[in-house]
Amino acid sequence: MLKKVSCILATVLASAAVTSALAQEITGAGATFPAPVYSKWAEAYQKATSVKMNYQSIGSSGGIKQIIAKTVDFGATDAPLSAEQLEKDGLMQFPAVIGGVVPVANIEGIKAGEMVLSGEVLGDIYLGKITNWNDEAIKKLNPTAKLPDQNIAVVRRADGSGTSFIFTNYLSKVNAEWKSKVGEGQTVQWPTGMGGKGNEGVAAFVQRLPGSIGYVEYAYAKQNKLTHLKLKNRDGKVVEPDDETFKAAAAGADWHKAAFGAILTEQAGAKSWPITGATFILLHKSQPKPDHALQVMKFFDWSYTHGAKMAVELEYVPLPAALIKDIKTVWAEQVKDGSGKAVWTGK
Amino acid sequence: MDLHKKRKLVNRIALMLSLGAMAFGLFWLIWILATIVKLGVSGIHLSVFTQMTPPPGSAGGLANAIWGSVTMVGLATLLGTPIGILAGVYLAEYGQNTVLGHMTRFINDILLSAPSIVVGLFVYTAVVLPIGHFSGFAGILALAILVVPVVIRTTENILRLVPNSLREAASALGAPKWVMITQVTIRASQAGILTGILLAVARITGETAPLLFTALSNQFWSTNLNQPMANLPVTIYRFAMSPFSDWQELAWAAVLLITVGVLALNIVARSLFKQKIVS
Amino acid sequence: MDKKQRHSPSPWGDFWFAQITRSFAIFAFACLAGIIVSLVIGAWPSIEKFGLPFLWTADWNPPGAKFGALIPIYGTLVTSIIALVIAVPISFGIAVFLTELSPLWLRRPLGTAIELLAAIPSIVYGMWGLLVFAPLFGKYIQPLLAKTLGQVPLLGKLFSGPTIGVGLLSAGIILAIMIIPFIASVMRDVFEITPPMLKESAYGVGATTWEVVWSVVLPYTKAGVIGGIILGLGRALGETMAVTFVIGNTNFLSSSSLFMPGNSITSALANEFAEAEPGLHTASLIELGLILFVLTLIVLSCSKLLLMRLSKNEGSKT
Repeated sequence: MLKKVSCILATVLASAAVTSALAQEITGAGATFPAPVYSKWAEAYQKATSVKMNYQSIGSSGGIKQIIAKTVDFGATDAPLSAEQLEKDGLMQFPAVIGGVVPVANIEGIKAGEMVLSGEVLGDIYLGKITNWNDEAIKKLNPTAKLPDQNIAVVRRADGSGTSFIFTNYLSKVNAEWKSKVGEGQTVQWPTGMGGKGNEGVAAFVQRLPGSIGYVEYAYAKQNKLTHLKLKNRDGKVVEPDDETFKAAAAGADWHKAAFGAILTEQAGAKSWPITGATFILLHKSQPKPDHALQVMKFFDWSYTHGAKMAVELEYVPLPAALIKDIKTVWAEQVKDGSGKAVWTGK
Repeated sequence: MDLHKKRKLVNRIALMLSLGAMAFGLFWLIWILATIVKLGVSGIHLSVFTQMTPPPGSAGGLANAIWGSVTMVGLATLLGTPIGILAGVYLAEYGQNTVLGHMTRFINDILLSAPSIVVGLFVYTAVVLPIGHFSGFAGILALAILVVPVVIRTTENILRLVPNSLREAASALGAPKWVMITQVTIRASQAGILTGILLAVARITGETAPLLFTALSNQFWSTNLNQPMANLPVTIYRFAMSPFSDWQELAWAAVLLITVGVLALNIVARSLFKQKIVS
Repeated sequence: MDKKQRHSPSPWGDFWFAQITRSFAIFAFACLAGIIVSLVIGAWPSIEKFGLPFLWTADWNPPGAKFGALIPIYGTLVTSIIALVIAVPISFGIAVFLTELSPLWLRRPLGTAIELLAAIPSIVYGMWGLLVFAPLFGKYIQPLLAKTLGQVPLLGKLFSGPTIGVGLLSAGIILAIMIIPFIASVMRDVFEITPPMLKESAYGVGATTWEVVWSVVLPYTKAGVIGGIILGLGRALGETMAVTFVIGNTNFLSSSSLFMPGNSITSALANEFAEAEPGLHTASLIELGLILFVLTLIVLSCSKLLLMRLSKNEGSKT
């Protein structure tokens, strides 16, 4: 039996050696949040060019680790790396697509979009300082709503996730106590509440527990018709989460600071949704496999041009056109092959 | 109450309880299976077996994941089972009281509880990092490592229960020890060893964590074991947790496939071996 | 092979067979030991930084780089104990039913049915537990438990508090369902292998079925039975996905109630590993995995001691 196995293994190994010479297959791994849209683009791209772009969601930190270890052709992360970090590992990053995070709740008599919260209040709820739905602070924001005398059950992500990063980053910006006590990160020491695994876990708790509040990706809230809340943004305006308000948040951002690593939470602008975030792609600057890197850039170039509609269908927001132009310039400047020649020549 | 009646009563109560335990076990099985079937059946179409895993909103199936899972689980079992059985034979027949025997047994029992993510991590460090990319091979290795402790444990367990009189009878007929082991003790414990293998296969078929860091997964058809390979558990994990209802439906279809597949394997293997044991 | 045997068997056959099995044992040992060594290396930064107090510190603060394992250890132990308390008697009952009570034609289908429980992927247990089991459990069973067991002094503390459906108790119950097939099928196999002569002698002197099982079959097979329980316990300690969905994933401990959400070693690993920062966070998670091995080691040693005492007593009886 063993002989047979080794025979099979040997033949497969031999065939592997032949096929891997062509860069017709590229592999990426990382953030979970953009995985649906990447797979959508990959399918369309394969039909158009017959190149297979295989993206797998293993989490943002996983994506960073894998690109540093060079086990994948590109990494993907929801939390941008700082310029120093990029420098240290010889990486460059660029944004791929934009999305939002939405607070959802389960309160009797309150329908989707009927309740408004401010960042301050949301932070206090997650700190465990506001514990009842008829708290004065909530009443002040919702003078007409009928708020029940009910304890707030706080629900948050148990697993480390980019969604939590964007959410805690937002709370750190709008609630000083949150910033000093808890901070931001993909996993933090939550002061209160129950942890659900994934969007699914959070949604299951929120739907079941009366008086609960949680946060999920926008696509999840929309597809599953959860009761979302409205938020007061930096300009003091009350906004509804949708692609308009996500776009507004992205428009105001300064992408050039910090190597494209703009964090889109709490952006200025009357229409900006305050918990917006971009998701990023990581590439090695000095390319061990230039043909793979070129394929990666070609793939994203194609997706920026042809994939906007697909992104919108899946509740994401495509990048602004000016930003895409800048990204291509940076590709040409930064990604080099072994001899120092630019990999991206702009077709 | 006289002793006889009391003994009879105890007997009856105990047997009732045992019947109750059986019913309890079946109750959960039926409940869970009913859920799986209810949610999974609507997702089973012919396209599940012919098309690749789709992005949300497109038509598609699970063909690449099914192929990848069958390949990796099959090869991992072929790799892990002989190691497990032979090591188990050593522990039961040769190494009962040797240092190597004790150490192996101990480490093996500890690793029975290894969270599968730890095994995945080990293979990641030992294989994926040096090679520089994820591959089906790495996935097979990780699964094989999960097979070994279960098979060792059950093989040793069952071999030790073979009555010594059988061994003595074989020796008395002049059979050398290895013939005695292969022809008598292993024969006598075939069913138990098979149970071990089937439990191991059942376990690895549904494992997500060891594959995530080794085989990764693949959106496309992949027969190349040297590349990331699609598989059912990782697909289930990703699709079931996603916002999109067509992905969720495929996830439950995949769950149904795994369950039915393992059940079929169980029945086929048992009926094949049953005949031999009876004869 | 049968034909070859008719020649006088060579003594080398024996030697080689022994060497082959031995080398596989060494191979398995090396492989498995390699895993533990690589874990120690991975966990070293955290072991160095936090030392022993890691075991009884309840802090788990990734941004603050402070880690302690108390709550995951507690959750792992509690859920595994609940699982064993439920699964061992049930599995024993199932094994007895399958070997002694069931009509012959039903044994195979029923045995396969129970083994099928092991075939269901653990993520399914998790999702089923979260979406189907937990709501019903929280609505009907937990209030019932609080009303009955919850009123007993001392014990009652374990069954109090909010009835939310998820928590340590739910995780323990799901684990029990998952390990029943492991324990039950091993028990059935070892019961079946009990020499009929032993059982028949007991029946011959007028023993009831129960007495045969309890006083003849069980003592004869105790090593195998304990082996099966260890197999099940191993699965319970190491089970990841199912626990993660239903345990509630909370890193603080406010009451001794089993209704409360908690955390386990495996669910902490599953939740955080993919997103852990390299450095202390990752090392602490790996140390958690290492602690799980140590826990298993302790359990194993206890069961070995138990076995030794059992065989000693046996010696004195005869």
